[in-house]
Amino acid sequence: METTSHKFALQVEGLHKGFNGKSVLTGVELCVPCGSVFTVLGPSGSGKSVFLKCLANIIQPDAGQIRFDGHQLTFGDRASQLEFRRRCSFLFQSNALFDSLTALENVALPLEQTTDLPNKVIRKRSMEALKQLEIDEYAGHYPSQLSGGMQKRLALARAIVTHPELVLFDEPTAGLDPLRRNAVFTMIAKYQRQFGFTALIVTHDVPEALVASDRVALLNQGRICFEGTPSEFSASEHPVVSDFRDSAAALQRELAIIRSSPD
Amino acid sequence: MFYWFGSQTLRVVEGIGDFSLFTARAFCALAKSKRLMRRIFSAVHEQGTVCMPVILIVGLFTGMVLGLQGYHVLSRFGSQGLLGTLVSLSLVREMGPVLAALMLIGQAGSALAAELGIQRNTEQIVALETMGVNSHGYLVAPRLIAAMLVFPLQTAVFVVIGFWGGSLSGSLLLGVDSGVYWSAVQRAVEFQDMRECFIKAAAFGFLSISTCAYQGYHSDRNASAMGARAVSASTTRAVVFSSILVLVADYIISSFFV
Repeated sequence: METTSHKFALQVEGLHKGFNGKSVLTGVELCVPCGSVFTVLGPSGSGKSVFLKCLANIIQPDAGQIRFDGHQLTFGDRASQLEFRRRCSFLFQSNALFDSLTALENVALPLEQTTDLPNKVIRKRSMEALKQLEIDEYAGHYPSQLSGGMQKRLALARAIVTHPELVLFDEPTAGLDPLRRNAVFTMIAKYQRQFGFTALIVTHDVPEALVASDRVALLNQGRICFEGTPSEFSASEHPVVSDFRDSAAALQRELAIIRSSPD
Repeated sequence: MFYWFGSQTLRVVEGIGDFSLFTARAFCALAKSKRLMRRIFSAVHEQGTVCMPVILIVGLFTGMVLGLQGYHVLSRFGSQGLLGTLVSLSLVREMGPVLAALMLIGQAGSALAAELGIQRNTEQIVALETMGVNSHGYLVAPRLIAAMLVFPLQTAVFVVIGFWGGSLSGSLLLGVDSGVYWSAVQRAVEFQDMRECFIKAAAFGFLSISTCAYQGYHSDRNASAMGARAVSASTTRAVVFSSILVLVADYIISSFFV
């Protein structure tokens, strides 16, 4: 796969995926512009993580095409897969940190195993990545000795240390309190600006995603039912978008009905 | 009945094929693996240094029991002078490689299966693949290379300590002349016995560690258990299957040498 500059970092056409006869993705179409923060929203169980894992070549799609920087990705083609993985990073919902390695070793691992850089350079770059994420003083700590927020930062340090062009974020704020959610989105936006990578985030945190993203899409029942800017999302009259966006108001209405009904 | 037999046969053949591919992938990944020596040294430490105490203890007591039992059997025929021969040949040809392998499976093999099972469970193996790191080359290959080095060395230690254990019970406790015991050992053990011993040990190392790695690496394939139970089930299967494989391989290799 050659490196060419392209308007879209990722182009997805007609992506289908099912498990045990049940369809999860039913023809996803999406274009992610280069250098943008793109968020895919969707309710739990809508297939967001499956979609992201198909993009990352972890799960083989049943049908459809995925193009990265204009080049088609073929599942099982080792050469194109390696080239894609060299230029792309994946941030897992669970962080997937190596629990028997220290923070520094975790960050150094992708450089050690995929490059021929000397040990000194690897150590320097790993320490820089830890410093940029403000966790350099915990370089000798194991992931289990770090807080949830620090683990997230460590996972991001590991993701950006290879200077990827595309970073895929799988529910980066899952299980975090509102303050930490804000911190994670701030961190993504800050480092996206600093390093210039394309960020594709899947989440169901609407307010934070609308503030931090350049574009948003809504995945519902295996299809993208909306794609546009955050302001277009806020103004959209699409019933699924408004249901998802105004879920708090819907909850208020439902609670009002319950409270007003006789016991 | 035919359907059941056919499906079971297919399942076994499929399993053997998958296991062979898994092992082949690990060896193929060796060529492109970076910083391999460090991983091999770490695996040698896991399987060698960490497991040394159990090898020493089991080796010593195996030799002592052989000396004790052998003395009482041989004394019925007035052949106590052959105690060294009995202890040394039993240890070198059979008990050393088999018992050392079973001990290493119990300690290093089970630990490996559990470690890989947890890494699979917590997406660490998938994370490696998404980084472009070949997980077979990074996690499995160094362990296989280390096993083929460590198992023969541990077996040698086991056998030597066993000789000494036999001498301890036979000579020190039961009164067989020490010179007679050690000269019988020296006379009995020939080069081809040592060769059989080391070939067996290397083969057992390869079979048991690859089986344990395979079970741990694919702990998510277990349909009847998930999460921690899947890890525990894969660890149990790893120990049981690799122990059976060692005994089957022992018979096959012995049949070539006898």
